[in-house]
Amino acid sequence: MTSPDPTVAKVAGAEPISQPIRRWRSRVVYRHKLPIRIMHWVNVIALSVMFFSGLQIFNAHPSLSWGQKTIPGRELLVLGARQDASGKLIGITQIGQHQFTTTGVLGVSAGSDGLPQVRGFPSWLTVPGPTWLAMGRRWHFFFAWVFVLNGLCYVGYSLARKHLQRDLWPTRSDWRGIGRSIVDHLHFSQPHGDEALRYNILQRLTYLTVIFVFGTGIVLMGLAMSPRMDTVLGPVLDLVGGRQSARTIHFVIAWAFVAFVLVHLFEVLVSGVANQLRGMITGYFRVDDPPASTPTITGQESPHD
Amino acid sequence: MTDRRGFLRMTMMGAAGLVLAGCDRISQSSWGPKVLGSAEGLNRRVQALLAPSSAMAREYSEADISAVFRANGTTMPRAAAYQALLANQFRDYRLSVDGLVARPTTLSIDDLKALDLRSQITRHDCVEGWSVIGKWQGTLLSAVLDHVGVEPQARYVVFHCFDNMGLGTPYYESLDLDEARHPQTLLAYGLNDQPVPVANGAPLRLRVGRQLGYKQAKYIRRIELVESFATIGEGHGGYWEDQGYEWYAGI
Repeated sequence: MTSPDPTVAKVAGAEPISQPIRRWRSRVVYRHKLPIRIMHWVNVIALSVMFFSGLQIFNAHPSLSWGQKTIPGRELLVLGARQDASGKLIGITQIGQHQFTTTGVLGVSAGSDGLPQVRGFPSWLTVPGPTWLAMGRRWHFFFAWVFVLNGLCYVGYSLARKHLQRDLWPTRSDWRGIGRSIVDHLHFSQPHGDEALRYNILQRLTYLTVIFVFGTGIVLMGLAMSPRMDTVLGPVLDLVGGRQSARTIHFVIAWAFVAFVLVHLFEVLVSGVANQLRGMITGYFRVDDPPASTPTITGQESPHD
Repeated sequence: MTDRRGFLRMTMMGAAGLVLAGCDRISQSSWGPKVLGSAEGLNRRVQALLAPSSAMAREYSEADISAVFRANGTTMPRAAAYQALLANQFRDYRLSVDGLVARPTTLSIDDLKALDLRSQITRHDCVEGWSVIGKWQGTLLSAVLDHVGVEPQARYVVFHCFDNMGLGTPYYESLDLDEARHPQTLLAYGLNDQPVPVANGAPLRLRVGRQLGYKQAKYIRRIELVESFATIGEGHGGYWEDQGYEWYAGI
């Protein structure tokens, strides 16, 4: 981390003697409103259950195909198993024509009795843990409603309260600062003061993509797997190439959500986990303000570098 | 930072473990599956709202037909009555239609063909996730219902099958009259211009264009019109429904 310790004043020798030493100050601001906080945590629960029960459903047919139908031998991904000469189960992950041994995690992993079992994803990634498609579907289709209704509430609220327009939609100056924002992210350097209270361009683009592309996409692809809904979703099926394509995209977006969550958690970690958690639980967030006006220090490194 | 990170990782993994264990406890409880299953009625109504009961499943072209129509579940019923029919290429097969009907009857495959004969290429989606496309020849179920005359109090069509599942539980399925009268609900005796193979449900199976595979009962022995299916099997309207699957298998 390269951000300066706010309690330490600047390098003493750099300050002109006539000026007082300027200090970093911190203040606590009310950042996340109650409805946003509630919807955030509801989404955490819904998305988690959807993901883990989705892997349970996937395990009933642990492979992915493209097009309208499943053609044996032409799968994009297969989590399968075979037996070696001694009869031991070997987990095989096949991506296209490439095979990888993934015993213990993918293809073959321990069942509830501790013995190796043929199953796509392991029991510690599925809801429920044991192989139980009917129950996985119940979890999935119940929390699908929680996810969709919560998402619709979020979009409605954000539009009404201008959260979407003000905080998420990129401004022209956001676009101009995109290079700077990328560099800042690569250095893990954190913004201060009012900058810490607004979302930067990468955050804005990420949130918009996750909400509207991932969110809408995964729901639409889920519906496109329904034979009843397919009576009216013909154009969607044509767009993606068929029901098996929709299933594959549904799966890929689910993992894209996981990738987003991992990056999101990483950013929370590096930007102060306690402060961020407090912000999303109580709404109150601490901001560190740099000294009111930073004097130009010729020949000295700026604290951000 | 490392301590904090380690603590966070442990907290997260601990929390995830607790959540997954909690989900398993709920799945095993008496109330959990009921609460989760409460979404089923909502799902059925929303599907009916967005995709009306008259909406048609897509029909495909000959080029889309799967080389092999994958068979699932029973692929050879062991019941003696079935084996006897099979030995004679189903020439003695008669479908019984009874229950709440004006004229209970039995029908041979030729009788069915005389009532109605049509062909459709539709997609079959298994609840497991895979799809196959096949060309079915069959008789509209609605033509059979009209032939026997459905009593006004009848609400469901129950399909009793020759095959037994697991510990000898007979396979059965049911549709409401709306779905039963849909123009893509067939009693099929032909698959890809051949008699339906045994693995796919010979001599007669159900084809429902807008529901998952487990609704498409194979080896149909008898069709019964009922007011309620509460006294059949475990009362949920089908073999898989009795195992916790949805009665309306539209998704």
